[in-house]
Amino acid sequence: MAEGVVFWLAAIASIGSAVFMFLARDAVRAALGLVMNLFALAVLFVLLDAHFLAAVQVIVYAGAIMVLFLFVIMLLGVDRADDLTERLKVQSWLAVPLVFGLVAITYLSVRGAAATTEFAGLDEANASGNVEGIGRLLFNEYLFPFEVTSLLLIVAAVGALVIGKRRRASRTDREDEDA
Amino acid sequence: MSFFQVQPSHFLGLAAILFATGTAAVLLRKNALRIFMGIELMLNAVNLTLVTFAKIHGGLDGQVLAFFVMVVAAAEVVVGLGIIVAIFRRKGRVPAGATAVDAASVDDVSALKG
Amino acid sequence: MSVDAPAIMKAAWLIPALPLFGAAVLTFFGPKMKRASGPFATMMMAGAATVSGIVFFQMLGATERTFVGTLYSWISAGSFQVAVDYRVDPLSILFCLVVTGVGALIHLYSVGYMKGDPREPRYFAYLNLFAFSMLVLVLANNFLLLYVGWELVGLCSYLLIGFWFEVRENASAAKKAFITNRVGDFSFSIGIFLIFAQIGSLDFGTVFASAPAVLSAGTATAIALLLFGGATGKSAQIPLYVWLPDAMAGPTPVSALIHAATMVTAGVYMVARTHVFFDLSAASGDVVAWIGLATALLAGLIAIAQDDIKRVLAYSTVSQLGFMFVALGVGAYATGVFHVVTHAFFKALLFLGAGSVMHALANRTDVTQMGGLWRKIPWTMATFVAGWLAIIGFPFTSGFFSKDQILEAAYGSGNDALWILLLVATLVTGFYMTRLLVLTFFGPSRVPDGVHPHESPPSMLFPLVLLGAAALLGGLLGARPEDGAIQRFLQPVTAPSVTSELGFEGEVPFVEDLERPEAFPHREGGLSEGQLSGLATAAGVGGAAVALIMYAGAFDWRRRRENPGLAWRAARNKFFVDEVYQFLFTSLGRLGATALAFVVDTRWIDGVVNGAGMMTTRLATLGRRLQTGFVRSYAIGVLAGGVGLMAFFFVRSVV
Repeated sequence: MAEGVVFWLAAIASIGSAVFMFLARDAVRAALGLVMNLFALAVLFVLLDAHFLAAVQVIVYAGAIMVLFLFVIMLLGVDRADDLTERLKVQSWLAVPLVFGLVAITYLSVRGAAATTEFAGLDEANASGNVEGIGRLLFNEYLFPFEVTSLLLIVAAVGALVIGKRRRASRTDREDEDA
Repeated sequence: MSFFQVQPSHFLGLAAILFATGTAAVLLRKNALRIFMGIELMLNAVNLTLVTFAKIHGGLDGQVLAFFVMVVAAAEVVVGLGIIVAIFRRKGRVPAGATAVDAASVDDVSALKG
Repeated sequence: MSVDAPAIMKAAWLIPALPLFGAAVLTFFGPKMKRASGPFATMMMAGAATVSGIVFFQMLGATERTFVGTLYSWISAGSFQVAVDYRVDPLSILFCLVVTGVGALIHLYSVGYMKGDPREPRYFAYLNLFAFSMLVLVLANNFLLLYVGWELVGLCSYLLIGFWFEVRENASAAKKAFITNRVGDFSFSIGIFLIFAQIGSLDFGTVFASAPAVLSAGTATAIALLLFGGATGKSAQIPLYVWLPDAMAGPTPVSALIHAATMVTAGVYMVARTHVFFDLSAASGDVVAWIGLATALLAGLIAIAQDDIKRVLAYSTVSQLGFMFVALGVGAYATGVFHVVTHAFFKALLFLGAGSVMHALANRTDVTQMGGLWRKIPWTMATFVAGWLAIIGFPFTSGFFSKDQILEAAYGSGNDALWILLLVATLVTGFYMTRLLVLTFFGPSRVPDGVHPHESPPSMLFPLVLLGAAALLGGLLGARPEDGAIQRFLQPVTAPSVTSELGFEGEVPFVEDLERPEAFPHREGGLSEGQLSGLATAAGVGGAAVALIMYAGAFDWRRRRENPGLAWRAARNKFFVDEVYQFLFTSLGRLGATALAFVVDTRWIDGVVNGAGMMTTRLATLGRRLQTGFVRSYAIGVLAGGVGLMAFFFVRSVV
């Protein structure tokens, strides 16, 4: 019962913040909406017995990635209100029905199967704790992807360095040296 | 089957709605960063789906996959933001007071127009 | 086909092979051989004539007179089998004798006539090649090989007519001959296609045996008429005769050989060979006979008004060929072939004689500038008179017999109009030939000053004498219409395969007979043979007599020319047939071509091609609009595709 209440609260929060993110006036507000959404999702993860993931979500996603986002928002000076005029009219006319169609299709496709499933529950898997459970999987079946992702992270870091490098010749950059 | 009993379908429906919202954000926003945020929302919706299915099947594989998604999302954000900065940094300072100009508008990057 | 045929019949392939060898040698070594080329070519022909003679005599003593020898299998494509094989039977060997015999004499004549010509070796190469082609034509055992020979003689005719191609008219005449022939060849080839489509084979034996059973009357008529179409081209009948008078541009021996004795008779050979088709359809026989008659009459009338000695003889050839086709049309095939033989003798003789006259007068051909030559070139005159007697049908000459029999056959067919008109043609023949003779050799001399007529060398005179004898005496070969030697000899080949409505007497002959009387058209009652012969002779000699009186003095033709009547002018201008053709085919054709070029090609076809290009450009311009350059448009595209796919799979799983 308690679970249900928590779920609905978290669900409403998540949807609300997502919509807020979409409709927000400017980028900073949108970012904050997203952060709220991430927190709501973390709650939902806890409900689903994914404790480790909930923690990682908050620490990494909300704590690092979104901060990065905000850095860039500030850097580019986009705290101004967004320009709402839509140049490509076709876009809005097409996008809305498509999104609804997407929801409809997804719902219809999943409905039949999902309605009959029950949670099998993760009590067994989480017997020695969620972290240990994940760890076991991560370092046995999923060892190779694990190593590859570590490589990926290094590549991403190096790539970001290279992309972000300033070019000496550019005039507009000289003023930004302090930023 | 009470309303407050948590059902897998609820989680999946929620994830679908979040995914759709993220898509809407991607399609209907001009600002590169807001588009990126929409992408992040989509990724999170997928994570929710994965974790739900993990619980449905009683194994932790879904959670491990969600973990990988997060890692890759992180890497992606790093690189993506770096690119955005690289592209839009040169646009020059916009004088204060001007409201109608978007400094990071994706529509300005239309060099591939045929 | 027999196993015990005499060995020489098996070697009949030598007959065409010798001239072919001659042509090959002359092509490669001609320039070195120079004066020897003529005698060499003549020897090849003499050799071929000898082999023909031996085969002929062997055939007379053999038990079986038809022999088919296969050289090699040419085309083998499933059900379409064609071999290079030769057929030795009475019809083909008779033609071989004529071609090689007369051909050898003309080769000999040419040695003297072409002396001094810078391209003499080439001439003899062409002449030998022609002999080879004609022999392939008559010895072929299937339609395809016949057609090959047919085409080759057309080619050789072109080469020889245009031998002195430096003169523009000669080249044009050669082209005219070839193109007109081509029209006939087209008809011929369609006929061959039809034969193959209906019967499934091109082999003579197979075709002629199965034709009566397989073909309907309509198909047989179609085939017969198509084949006859080819004959009108090669044998200069209406409507394709127009090339023959112009072909006189070639050297005179060529005119004698090709355009009198051999190539033009290829049509007659072909009809006689394929007579099965004509027997199966009465309508085709009528067409052949009437076209032959019309040609005979038309050409004869034109000949009356011509002044060029060779041209008169050319029209005479066309006219005499018409006579032959009349005979073929009424079913007297052997008689038609008999006339081929006699005509070969006297027409070749007349042409060679004309060549001798031209040689004497430094290549003049205008009879208005001749006359009184009988004193200067007596040998030429004498042989020419022999030919003249034969062609007008003077009693007991070769021409007398063959022409009488044609008229008898025409009478016997029951068609009075045909017979009477043919009599008129005979009269006309007598008239124009006598006019030619008198104007050329007799009367006061109109030869211009400075020209000294002299007799020709012996190499030219010898063939003339020989042919003269043949023209006078050759009639004995076929003296009696049904029972003559030639007719009996040919019957196994030319007998009608079915009783037709032409009124044949007697039953369908057995195939085993080696010789038998000709199945000749007869009519009940009516005039007797003697009466018919008398009438025919009267017509011919009568016409000659009138011309003799007129041109020997009573008729001042020179004054009449200053004010010619309409008939004279029409005849002199060949009844404007050439002009009509020119208009119909050249002018209208050019109009059609212009229309095609500027409307169909430029506007429509180019329009389609250019339109395709323009369409592509327009489509591309339209499609270009997809490339907006806006990332967001692309994103929507991706989403739309994704949703579409999902919908597709969803629907599929539900349905």
